[in-house]
Amino acid sequence: MADPMRIRARLKEGVTEVHVLMPHPMETGFRKDDAGRPISAHYITDVQISLRGRTVLAATLSRAVSEDPLLHFRFEGGRAGETLRVDWVDTRGERRSDEAQIEA
Amino acid sequence: MSDWSERRLEGRAAAREPARLEGRAAAPAPARLEGRAAAPAPARREHRAATAAPARLEGRAAAPAPARREHRAATAAPATRREALQLIGAALLVPGMFPWTGARAAENLQLAFGSGSLEGALQALGVALDPSPKVRLAVPDFVDNGAVVPVEVTSELAGAQTIFVFSEANPFPLVARFSIPEGTDPYVSTRIKVAESCNVYALVQAEGRCFSAVKHTTVTVGGCGNG
Repeated sequence: MADPMRIRARLKEGVTEVHVLMPHPMETGFRKDDAGRPISAHYITDVQISLRGRTVLAATLSRAVSEDPLLHFRFEGGRAGETLRVDWVDTRGERRSDEAQIEA
Repeated sequence: MSDWSERRLEGRAAAREPARLEGRAAAPAPARLEGRAAAPAPARREHRAATAAPARLEGRAAAPAPARREHRAATAAPATRREALQLIGAALLVPGMFPWTGARAAENLQLAFGSGSLEGALQALGVALDPSPKVRLAVPDFVDNGAVVPVEVTSELAGAQTIFVFSEANPFPLVARFSIPEGTDPYVSTRIKVAESCNVYALVQAEGRCFSAVKHTTVTVGGCGNG
């Protein structure tokens, strides 16, 4: 299981600013290990960020997103104390969901 | 999206061998949407996508409901890249970002992510580059490490719905797609891998039109191999 995400959501003048860091190797499948064997591809393909069951950002990622993907975006309509939820799924079908409260 | 591109994509879908299409139809792609289907709006959209699909797509269009049921018992793990891409594609059924049916949109996105050329990816998406000052793309002029290149896309276009990021020299140039619902700023910032010095493109879809921005970046150590 991948490490927990780091999610920061901060409300400022009606706009919630969100940073999400998802620990993940994001292996492209092009690299080789020390013994010269190819390392198989393993990367997050789909990310969904939601508030009260409503999606505020959906992302489809490829292997070309850097290791430990970072997303930064903003949305309107969040309130302090509400829970923001982030879900991802990767090429192996592994998933992770984490939540964070919107800070004022 | 224009009629033109839709027609072109239809032609392509029809040309594909039937065996492959069947295979996709049988795949339990929409399974991962179960959780989301609980939300009222997406559920309604998914339903529409399933029922309103043209007859030509029967095979694929009919897939969602039964596939989802089977899937409850089965595991959700995609074993191959193709399956994984199908899962991604399935996500598009929910936002319904494209005027054509979800099944086709999913397939086109899958093609785009699997395309080895920028042109191929754009074609699969049915979009074209159209430089506009209303799309702003920030990428460093020089980066030491191509494995971590900060990218920031901002748009002033009203009704921006989708942001795509491409890195021209990558083995698979389409890097990411962001779907921007109403209420979310047309802005996204992330970090990508860039194989070698090349152009990075941002493309924003707004109200059926596409606008782009380009920025060249010079990479000292490429972001693909062992380095």
